[in-house]
Amino acid sequence: MKDNLYQYILGIADNSLILGQRMGELCGHGPSLETDIACTNISLDLFGQVRSYYHYAAKIAGDGRTEDDIAMLRKEREYVNVLLVEQPNTDFANTMARHFLFDVYHFLFLTELKKSKDMTLAAIATKCIKEVSYHQRFSSDWIRRLGDGTEESQMRMQAAINDLWTYTDELFHQTEADKAMVSEGIGVDVTKLKAAYYEKVNTILEESTLSVPESKYFQRGGKMGIHTEHMGFLLAELQYMQRTYPNMEW
Amino acid sequence: MSEEQIRNLEKQFEERIARDEKIEPKDWMPEKYRQTHIRQMSQHAHSEIVGMLPEGNWITRAPSLRRKVALLAKVQDEAGHGLYLYSATETLGISREEMYEQLHTGRAKYSSIFNYPTITWADIGAIGWLVDGAAIINQVPLCSTSFGPYARAMVRVCKEESFHQRQGYEIMIKLSNGTPEQKEMAQDALNRWWWPSLMMLGPTDAESVHTEQSMKWKLKRKSNDELRQQFIDQTVPQADLIGLTIPDPDLKWNEERGSYDFGEIDWDEFWQVVKGHGPMNKERLKARVSAWERGEWVRDAAMAYAEKKAERKEKEAV
Repeated sequence: MKDNLYQYILGIADNSLILGQRMGELCGHGPSLETDIACTNISLDLFGQVRSYYHYAAKIAGDGRTEDDIAMLRKEREYVNVLLVEQPNTDFANTMARHFLFDVYHFLFLTELKKSKDMTLAAIATKCIKEVSYHQRFSSDWIRRLGDGTEESQMRMQAAINDLWTYTDELFHQTEADKAMVSEGIGVDVTKLKAAYYEKVNTILEESTLSVPESKYFQRGGKMGIHTEHMGFLLAELQYMQRTYPNMEW
Repeated sequence: MSEEQIRNLEKQFEERIARDEKIEPKDWMPEKYRQTHIRQMSQHAHSEIVGMLPEGNWITRAPSLRRKVALLAKVQDEAGHGLYLYSATETLGISREEMYEQLHTGRAKYSSIFNYPTITWADIGAIGWLVDGAAIINQVPLCSTSFGPYARAMVRVCKEESFHQRQGYEIMIKLSNGTPEQKEMAQDALNRWWWPSLMMLGPTDAESVHTEQSMKWKLKRKSNDELRQQFIDQTVPQADLIGLTIPDPDLKWNEERGSYDFGEIDWDEFWQVVKGHGPMNKERLKARVSAWERGEWVRDAAMAYAEKKAERKEKEAV
């Protein structure tokens, strides 16, 4: 039970950690000052969430591990975020498409997690969902602007959605920890979110004059610690200080 | 307008400033007052934006989640300061696009300090402590400057800046109390940022071309050299307190003056950086220009979408 709960929390928190790291890369390099502020703000929210989750995970582990140990000292195969969130910021369409495809899921997920029997997780979810509803509004608005903007922006947004679509199905896969936590009334049964997810995503894509990809081929692996080649570089930056200067306080 | 009418307006204007009245965007103002304010305020805004780059450089590598969150919040504040300042400058009749154009072509400057590289984590502490410290000394008097929109923007900016400065100093405290390696990192950062921070207070009084006029308009209350002295007197004890050494062999307490004597600033380096040849000038400008150019299709799309949306609304209303 303890192992499963610990692993379950990582499954939630790693998504926010890696996505927050991606958004943090954009600081000062976005298309406008307003989007820079928004992306930094979103990154900040995500890292705030991460701290609550890892703090709780550290307490459960109960062996002196800290939030930073959990965030920065695992090996690549031990991170269990979905592949979607580790995808790079190729251009602004990619960044917004990735965010949108995750935000819709994240919001549905937290709505259910609020009902968790685990009071700490329910409380964290209640705090996070406010932030995530803002993220979802921001990314959905950009899907609309870029989808229904100019010819170029539509083309770029469609390409981004097509590329990232292959990573959406993984959101609804269950790990062993997921299943165990669902049976205890602690975890969210993500398989039940799938219909609502695609309905919401498809509606917004259509509103944005974009077509819903027809691909039936999907990638998965992140939840089992089998990541894309992007992940190693991302972790090299994330972990650099903790690895170079072990056991120090900052 | 006859010359006499203009002289009259100028006289009334000077009297208003003497009475400490705020000048507001719709009030008459001498052209030179408008231009000086556009120059100083836009350069201030540019500094906030370019300043996001050296610190943003460490967001993905911050050593702990707590520090990462604080750094993100700080950089976000800076972007916000840039936004207030651009808005305040726009009240003088220049657009943000024109100001960007001036920055991107090198016609408008930004603070020379941001042309130095952040090469270790301790640099993030040193920037908060020293760079924001020097900025506060420059900016606090601006809270009561004569141009209303600038003064009001500065009240908000200064509150957040003091918070950043404390945060930066806290990073330095932590490093100084840490392992020998951490302490060395802190000392090295102080060594590299000390002199550039002193340069932030501007050229010496003898070389400062705008000082006299700026004093008259209350853009400045004290001279560059006075502000520099204030910064040094305030910062040296802070360094002492955490066991770091100011990299100036001539630094000495002067009992008579009740102030620190200090060594000669390398003004050649200062002018080199101001003229665009510092360690990071090219990279900083390139990063800004490239963000702007790469973002063009995004801004165009947002504009096209807004137009379509407005059209649709109009049709619905008919």
